[in-house]
Amino acid sequence: MTPRPSVKQLLGRRDWLRLASAAGAGLTALAPDHVRAQQIGFDQQRTVADMLRGVAGGSSALKLGVSLTVTALADNGTLVPVSVQVPSPMSEQDHVTHIYLLSSRNPVMQVAAFVLGPWSGRAEISTRVRLAGSQQLLALGRLSSGECRYEVAEVIVTESACMDAS
Amino acid sequence: MSGARQLLVMAGWLLFGAGAFSQPPLLTRTLALDQLRSGLTFSGPDVQSLQADAFANPGLLWLARGESLWGQRVGPQNLSCQDCHGLKTGSMQGVAVQYPKLPTGSGSLINLEDQIRACRTQRQGVSDWGFESDGLLAMTLYVTEASKGLPLRLSPDPRLAVHLQAGASLFQRQQGQLNLSCAQCHDQQQGRRLYSDRLSQGQPNGYPVYRLEWQTLGSLERRLRSCYAGIRAESPPWGDPKMRQLALYLTWRGEGLPLEVPAVRK
Amino acid sequence: MNQGLARLQWPQNIVAGDVVKVRLLVQHPMHTGYQQDMQGSVIARNVLLWLTCTLGDQQVFRVEPSSGIAANPYFEFFVRARASADMVVRWQDDLGVVGKWQQRMVVVERQTPGP
Repeated sequence: MTPRPSVKQLLGRRDWLRLASAAGAGLTALAPDHVRAQQIGFDQQRTVADMLRGVAGGSSALKLGVSLTVTALADNGTLVPVSVQVPSPMSEQDHVTHIYLLSSRNPVMQVAAFVLGPWSGRAEISTRVRLAGSQQLLALGRLSSGECRYEVAEVIVTESACMDAS
Repeated sequence: MSGARQLLVMAGWLLFGAGAFSQPPLLTRTLALDQLRSGLTFSGPDVQSLQADAFANPGLLWLARGESLWGQRVGPQNLSCQDCHGLKTGSMQGVAVQYPKLPTGSGSLINLEDQIRACRTQRQGVSDWGFESDGLLAMTLYVTEASKGLPLRLSPDPRLAVHLQAGASLFQRQQGQLNLSCAQCHDQQQGRRLYSDRLSQGQPNGYPVYRLEWQTLGSLERRLRSCYAGIRAESPPWGDPKMRQLALYLTWRGEGLPLEVPAVRK
Repeated sequence: MNQGLARLQWPQNIVAGDVVKVRLLVQHPMHTGYQQDMQGSVIARNVLLWLTCTLGDQQVFRVEPSSGIAANPYFEFFVRARASADMVVRWQDDLGVVGKWQQRMVVVERQTPGP
């Protein structure tokens, strides 16, 4: 008895490939962050718009005034110093309430959220981050008025040459 | 082997051991003493500033833990390190640079970690600190800190000669799937780039080290085992005498380099 | 009573009204949940969920980190000094383990020039 034609044979190779990759992409979209990370290619990182959308009020943020200090070339992705400063009088009426650090490539987009206030005296934080490969870092400050300001920096991360799985 | 032949072999070994090694044996230095450089000089500016940071050097967390462990009374006799050794600053100065060593009477080469573990089980009568445990790392770093800035120096103990030779052989031995020896990378290619990394000389003057790759503090033994993994050779088991012999050779090879505590490396 | 291990630092000789930089280093592995141990088993995710600093009775700093913060987290932030008070750092991780580190911040009155 002749075998029944498979879906693949019925569709023809090209359409089958299109369907398979669409299904795959669809599944990818549903996959949790860390699964997606493994599938993120170099040219498929989150855009600035993606990252801004991740923070309330971010979509209307202005790229203005924020200092984001990070090395342009990190020779290790496990510990990269980052500093963010948002100019502000830090008064009761006008201060920074939050600073967010966002990653274009890490499995988890929001690296950290900092809560500040007039008691801070200065809207500046420093920390050390992990970078899962070369990517863009975005720092966003939310003001007491609700407005947001941001800055972006590109970091190239080189990997260790000797893979010793230690 | 016949009885007479056995006697001859034994006599040969006795002569060999008795006379020949009042000084380090027939080892030649590929890297001359004035060519020696700490791994810090091969590190990037981020790693260098991290090590230099007197507050935020991550190794300092273990140093603080070591300090509190030094004074902690434990065991059936309620003994702390301080009870026997007094303050670390006085009693432990120069101790870390004596290791690896051969304890009096025993034939087994030990490193500082082995000594600390022995003190804990035999003198304090408490459970062993396992390899790479938080307590052992903290205490090793704390004791090593008392020798900060002191130069690596091979002990003049003549019994070390045979172990030093063994360590030298290990250093020269090509092994693993990549069929590389320590010497090929760290003697011959030191200073050159492997992709974007600079190959260091593989010096032991910064241990225990906060290694960014590990994201924690770790021992020289762990680092040596990592090297074995790196050339795709089977890592010797933890506690293997070969690792201590290799460490001894590295001490001789790095003579004069000052101890860095806590060191940070990539 | 301190729980866990941290280092806290600020400048000496703080005068009331100064905006001072506080440096904080906390011992925590910040396991991402993506790495494997030497036996090949995944090391379970365990990161700090939150960390706060209170100065006296005022919360002066809060951070919600993710696995993207490096192991042994390091933070710098600023605070306006008013009067001597205890700085208390508190944190909690995925396993529910809480930490606490306390240190006294000494602040002297601002000296007004005499007649």
